[in-house]
Amino acid sequence: MKRHLISAADLSVEDAILILDTAEEMSQVASRPIKKLPTLRGRTVVNLFFEDSTRTRTSFELAAKRLSADVINFSAKGSSVSKGESLKDTALTLQAMGADAVVIRHSASGAPHRLAHSGWIHGSVLNAGDGTHEHPTQALLDAFTMRRRLAGAPDGGPVPHGEAGDGTGRDLAGRRVAIVGDVLHSRVVRSNVHLLTTLGAEVTLVAPPTLLPIGVESWPCRVSYDLDEVLPKSDAVMMLRVQRERMNAAFFPTEREYSRRYGLNAERVARLPEHAIVMHPGPMNRGMEITAEVADSARSTIVEQVTNGVSVRMAALYLLLGGADLAASDSGR
Amino acid sequence: MTTSQTTHLIRGARPLGGAAADVAVVDGLVAAVGDGAAAAAGEGAHVVEADGLILLPGLVDLHTHLREPGREDSETVASGTRAAARGGYTAVHAMANTFPVADTAGVVEQVKRLGDEAGHCDVHPVGAVTVGLEGKQLAELGAMADSAARVRVFSDDGKCVDDALIMRRALEYVKAFDGVVAQHAQEPRLTTAAQMNEGTVSGELGLAGWPAVAEEAIIARDVLLAAHVGSRLHVCHVSTAGSVELIRWAKSNGWDVTAEVTPHHLLLTDELVRSYDPVYKVNPPLRTARDVEALRAGLADGTIDAVATDHAPHPAEDKECEWAVAAMGMVGLETALSIVQHAMVDTGLLDWAGVADRMSFRPARIGRLDGQGRPIAPGEPANLTLLDPAYRGTVEPSGFASRSRNTPYRGMELPGRVVATFLRGRPTVLDGSIA
Repeated sequence: MKRHLISAADLSVEDAILILDTAEEMSQVASRPIKKLPTLRGRTVVNLFFEDSTRTRTSFELAAKRLSADVINFSAKGSSVSKGESLKDTALTLQAMGADAVVIRHSASGAPHRLAHSGWIHGSVLNAGDGTHEHPTQALLDAFTMRRRLAGAPDGGPVPHGEAGDGTGRDLAGRRVAIVGDVLHSRVVRSNVHLLTTLGAEVTLVAPPTLLPIGVESWPCRVSYDLDEVLPKSDAVMMLRVQRERMNAAFFPTEREYSRRYGLNAERVARLPEHAIVMHPGPMNRGMEITAEVADSARSTIVEQVTNGVSVRMAALYLLLGGADLAASDSGR
Repeated sequence: MTTSQTTHLIRGARPLGGAAADVAVVDGLVAAVGDGAAAAAGEGAHVVEADGLILLPGLVDLHTHLREPGREDSETVASGTRAAARGGYTAVHAMANTFPVADTAGVVEQVKRLGDEAGHCDVHPVGAVTVGLEGKQLAELGAMADSAARVRVFSDDGKCVDDALIMRRALEYVKAFDGVVAQHAQEPRLTTAAQMNEGTVSGELGLAGWPAVAEEAIIARDVLLAAHVGSRLHVCHVSTAGSVELIRWAKSNGWDVTAEVTPHHLLLTDELVRSYDPVYKVNPPLRTARDVEALRAGLADGTIDAVATDHAPHPAEDKECEWAVAAMGMVGLETALSIVQHAMVDTGLLDWAGVADRMSFRPARIGRLDGQGRPIAPGEPANLTLLDPAYRGTVEPSGFASRSRNTPYRGMELPGRVVATFLRGRPTVLDGSIA
């Protein structure tokens, strides 16, 4: 494993499967009476959040605590500049405090890359979402969820809705994933395209042309403007949140039109293959990109994704911080 | 003949890259070139051994940010002009986006006076087109033209004069004193929150794109406006292949349109932004390899008139941060000639006479400067730059004369070194150091 987790593009297929398999082991901890491992005892993990994100921060915090790390939540709302302290100075402070890992969420694309590669800090850097760039642990938890649902049966096939299988050792070869909505502003998409294609899945992005980035044709995925055409050929459909302020910037005419063309409702879900699942990274706009009926259906993995996020983040922290080596020394091997 | 500080014999240099010749400099003027030079300089002259070196007319920059008044932490007129002399420049145009903005006779005269006092090179202030660079009301262009600074170049650089009517009026008004409007072509609505060139790389990096058409749309409009009112338009820091085509088209129609390109746009591409290192963050943004190729071709065939540095100094803290909040710009005065040699001369696209044309003759004409951008000939002002083209060295910003170090070339090996610079016969740089 590399020292940092900045981009899903940095992960080889072996790395990705190692993280997912480790997450499968970590998920067992959650079902124990005492949900804790001593693995990262004495290590310090800093959650450095320049942007509000209760869900992601809590998930990382829980993951670190389940591994017995000391966790510091360093909240820095707004940009570092508006706060009067630069990212560099913040990093130097954390370095002085002896942070072994920094989990960073930032509104600026590239901020985690900058933190990891500028020599300001010696510990591992985990990207918890940067601007419209990447969110690699989100992609890992999505892939983990897909693997359990679509390749979790003993024969490597899909499991019945509502059940979660065990996909240990498997990739996502041949699985077809549609990602729908605001691709342009989504860090989740960029990470998912990298990771899912690394794992062998075929990804199709579905969005109005205004919400697709220039140059998307060079990405390792297909692009469509027509959701209805894509759905019957999808094993998983991942809906993205659409921010209402996009309407003011003329990305689409009205919410109503967006919902009509790109929203997921029961009628559209019926076009999916029987085994197909519905995903959403959250938070959802119910009634906009997804109806409540679909979000709460048995096909939906939205709640599972949150649960799986903790396991995946435990795995990432464990592997990046040399958890395997620590465990070996703890046991006297 | 008595020894005089104003008498120099530059021995064996190659004027404009041509045949080796001695050049005599006496009392601020080129006294003789060739056979009679030694005699003209006399026995006591200060001798500059220049065997194999290239002698160019003193370089003229149409686009320098000296930051004074207001941001003296980044640069001052004194430090910026020292950097200019080190880069071989004998004249620079100081952009108007200072604090306060150079939109009155008082500010431009102050900048001119600071330049005169420093004495490293001539400083020609650029006047703002509109009050406060706000694009709403014309600044007192005539007062700046009539001032001691004799302003002839007007620009809201850093911002685009995007209101078509204001731009038309500015173009018309400056005709009264043979001025030129230098436009920063950037359609603001198409570049809201833009961070880098819009293209494949921006899509992958998740940085808001800055489309080529935002520059090209303004250039297309402005060349038509300039043609309509019969005025002079100069386009600042052209960065796209489409812009080159538009300027080529305007010139083919006989319109009085000129353009400049920066050294960095002749060399660097948006692929470098993958490092997220703000040293590559610049306005306009670094474009694609295809754009670089078109810019080089445009400069070579004369479509683009001038190389201009867009020297934009920033203190370290404005660059040691996240990409999104970092300041835009890079320093350029001390590396410009090396980059042009690397990108244009060593590639065979431009000879040294061409370099003299694009970095001295034409920019001086665009700025309507007297005494700059003149031939190396008897009777002409001795504004001269002596370059060692065989030199190869690694860029080390700590040695810069500029107050700022925001260069993208740190650690890069580049050709060429300015050995000496003469301002009206007085060395401002000798043996590569400030004289």
